[in-house]
Amino acid sequence: MTRLLGLSACAVALALAVFGAAAAVMGARLRRPELVRSAIAAAYANFALLLVANLAMVYALVTRDFSISYVAQVGSRATPLFYTIISLWGALDGSILFWGLVLSGYTALAVRWSRAEAGAVLPYALAILLAVGSFFYLLLVGPANPFGRMFPVPVDGPGPNPLLQNHLLMAIHPPLLYLGYVGMTVPFAFATGALLAGGLDDRWIRLTRRWTLTAWGFLSLAIIAGMWWSYEVLGWGGYWAWDPVENASFMPWLTATAFLHSAMVEERRGLLRVWNVSLVVATFVLTILGTFLTRSGILSSVHAFTQGTIGFFFLAFIAVVLLFSLALVAGRSTELRGTGRLEGVVSRDTAFLLNNLLFTAFTFTVLLGTLFPLAAEAVRGVKVSVGAPFFNRMTIPLCAALLFLVGVGPALPWGRPERQLLRRKFVPPFLALGLVAGTLLALGVRAPFTVAAFAFAGFALTANLGEFADGTRARRRAHGEAPPRALVRLVRSNPRRYGGYLAHLGVLLIALGITASSSFRTERQATLRPGQTLAIAGHVLRFERLWARQEPQRFVVAADLTVLRGSTSLGRLDPRLNYYAASAEPVATPAVRSRARADLYVTLLAFEQDGSSATFHAYVQPLVIWIWLGGAVIAAGALLALSQRRERRSPGGERLPAAAQAEAR
Amino acid sequence: MSGAGAAARKARAARSRRRRVVRLALLALTGLISAPAAAQDTPPDLEARTRLVASQLRCPVCQGLSIQDSPSELAQEMKQVVRAQLAAGRTPDEVKAYFVARYGEWILLEPEPRGFNLAVYLLPVLALLAGLAVVGVVVRRWTRSGDVAQA
Amino acid sequence: MNWQRALVAASVAVPVLVLLRIGLELDPRAIPSPLPGRPAPGFALATLEDDVGGAVGREGAGAPASGRAPDTVRLSTLRGDVVVLNFWASWCLACRDEHEPLSATARAYADESVRFFGVLYNDTPDNARRWIRAMGGQSYPTLLDPDARTAIEYGLYGVPETFFIARDGRVAYKHVGPVTEALLVERIETLLVAPQPPGGP
Repeated sequence: MTRLLGLSACAVALALAVFGAAAAVMGARLRRPELVRSAIAAAYANFALLLVANLAMVYALVTRDFSISYVAQVGSRATPLFYTIISLWGALDGSILFWGLVLSGYTALAVRWSRAEAGAVLPYALAILLAVGSFFYLLLVGPANPFGRMFPVPVDGPGPNPLLQNHLLMAIHPPLLYLGYVGMTVPFAFATGALLAGGLDDRWIRLTRRWTLTAWGFLSLAIIAGMWWSYEVLGWGGYWAWDPVENASFMPWLTATAFLHSAMVEERRGLLRVWNVSLVVATFVLTILGTFLTRSGILSSVHAFTQGTIGFFFLAFIAVVLLFSLALVAGRSTELRGTGRLEGVVSRDTAFLLNNLLFTAFTFTVLLGTLFPLAAEAVRGVKVSVGAPFFNRMTIPLCAALLFLVGVGPALPWGRPERQLLRRKFVPPFLALGLVAGTLLALGVRAPFTVAAFAFAGFALTANLGEFADGTRARRRAHGEAPPRALVRLVRSNPRRYGGYLAHLGVLLIALGITASSSFRTERQATLRPGQTLAIAGHVLRFERLWARQEPQRFVVAADLTVLRGSTSLGRLDPRLNYYAASAEPVATPAVRSRARADLYVTLLAFEQDGSSATFHAYVQPLVIWIWLGGAVIAAGALLALSQRRERRSPGGERLPAAAQAEAR
Repeated sequence: MSGAGAAARKARAARSRRRRVVRLALLALTGLISAPAAAQDTPPDLEARTRLVASQLRCPVCQGLSIQDSPSELAQEMKQVVRAQLAAGRTPDEVKAYFVARYGEWILLEPEPRGFNLAVYLLPVLALLAGLAVVGVVVRRWTRSGDVAQA
Repeated sequence: MNWQRALVAASVAVPVLVLLRIGLELDPRAIPSPLPGRPAPGFALATLEDDVGGAVGREGAGAPASGRAPDTVRLSTLRGDVVVLNFWASWCLACRDEHEPLSATARAYADESVRFFGVLYNDTPDNARRWIRAMGGQSYPTLLDPDARTAIEYGLYGVPETFFIARDGRVAYKHVGPVTEALLVERIETLLVAPQPPGGP
């Protein structure tokens, strides 16, 4: 019954999506609004249908209905309710089902929120959204059908992948990732929809920018949550391993970030149109590519799901999307020609161009490194690895340059700035740069990129905070407001601009956290008997005892450790090893003590069965917690920027984004 | 006449300035790329050298982690082998070659910069340089079209 | 019309697509070993003793003619024999599947110059003994590799992996994953046909 309900919901969704896409285009071409209206109805209905299908699956999972193939694949009677529910997205078929839900939700929201603004573009954008939807619904009734019939019905299942039922973040990271990934479909639809509708006026950039910003906010949070998950679960003390699938989530983030900046050049100067469309298309294609890399089993990776025929479907889909977009851009190039010009070489415009260059080079490097093992095998027939040392070597210089630009961009005015203004804006950041670099060198830090990263971060931090300070001071002078109030009013007066600076601050926190924790990391490994201690970077760990516990879905072995400073106890840590029936080797759960200054991170590596000794690996890494906080600050910045409802018009009738107006003070 | 001469001089000066900028950029770029390698020159103590070599070898039973980072037993033992061989006076390259002979090139987390593998190192740099050139051309064209419009 | 730009974009996109298409045919988990064709790395490993002090598997047909397995097995003394080296562990699920084929084949080749050895990987002797007992015995000796040095020498990625060493002491094949009887027989027959090295016994 549940099986039939879920499957038919997906099948009807597929039919409606195909119909809706056709109806929307025909309605627009033949000027028959009732057809467009029916396509909109189809979009809403699709959301309801996908909701039904997803709820049916959750119901089947919770009631352990092993006659349904997906439940038989990931369910188990021993798995706790919480992990049973979130196993909805724990494996291939279910994740596509969830993807369908998110996509249909975005489609409905895009229609609801952007209908008035999109005008003539809407039917085409809707058609694209529904066409992308029909691809995923096709997967759901075909090669990734989660509602397959199991016969004979198994009595029990293996349960979800142990790594995926080990931490609360598994309930947060994947949905955020889908909200980010799938959300990139909307700007793609508005960009290509605008091209189909007959060219780009300035509406398209507003629509795509807003929707990209939304998805980008989710994607930023998702990436940070993924790092956090990997830190809390994988037990190697790190949070980013340049795993192919980490790269897959990172690449669309890079191109989307580039677009959020270059969109401003188009808004202000009417330049970079083709480039901006390309970035939107590239971002969407990279999300599908990322899904392909995870789903096809083409690269082995922590996150890779099992192999299947689904890879061919994705590959064909990517090819179609690329062909379609290329044809559109080439065919509409007259409409896409830039109209404006730049006023000066030393200006924020140039900074944005360099920013885009670096982000593009970054994306290219990550893409090349991720796919290079395939190329090497195809050309040389030899398996090679491209891992962290390569990516660090190639991208750390780019990161350093980008950090510098995070400071240069905000400090550099648009247009042709005066020398005096430049001096006023740049003297404090450069002072900070010199101060930080000098201090580090005096302290004996010699690693060039550590010094550069801190110095550039100090530079950028001063520049971005300086923007807040300058604005507040100006308001104070003009309106006589007290500083806190002036700051709030300032931010409210131009949320988009200050949201951007806030996001910069988040990025800087992350950069500081990553640089500090990777440059000044201490680690020690020791085998202890109960009562013995291990000293590491000012902390002392005393091994108290070993204990074990049988839980429904696993067997847990844990060590009690006391954290000491001198003879006072600061608290307890209990690193564990979890034994799951479905996994040969134990899954470690590290114990982490997070403080503003540094994290103490301990894993249990091995133990004697009689409890007489245990081997631990302990890490002390400074400022890790600021990485996670930085993610929250970025999201807050995105939210702030999105809170700007309407762009204002300048007195002359020329449409200017509010950011430009604030600049004109 | 003199105006044209001044313009030509200016253009020449601009050209040479540009050339200098490009040369500086190239220098900075190659410096940036090679700096991490230079920074990785053999550190004095055994533990640091072991860490360095171990972080360049891929753990066979993990997913993309180095044997330095992996908590698995095999990785721990491999790290012992690295330490023992370094202590016995082998160079980092010899230690890596030992593992390559047993596990294949796959064991190196960073492909050896030889032959076809050079592509993965050079293409990003070339792309960046090409992009820099494009940005330069574009900025010049967009700012100059303004001067023409003013004239 | 700007076909130039489209061309530039296509020049990035098409190779990526072709590459991915090729990639779908490749198996990311199949990593070729450089060992076949090279001399097998030597080892001297202690055998796993059973609870009463005898070597496990000494009643088995894989044991030498004397009926008593030596306490330490050296690969160098096995020159002239075909050696089947199977890395396993008690925690390894796939090792259960290949246990019966291995034991049966070892018994079948008891009278030929074929020697079977298990090598215990990342496991304790106690667990291994319990496992062998639960599986109904092992017809050949298992060797202990406490610090995994032999596993590393053989470039082990995981268990089970099986190495076939020819009479001349070179690694002939490496098999990843559980072996079947058919596979064992085919490889062993091929190696038995090959001529003995001149220096061999």
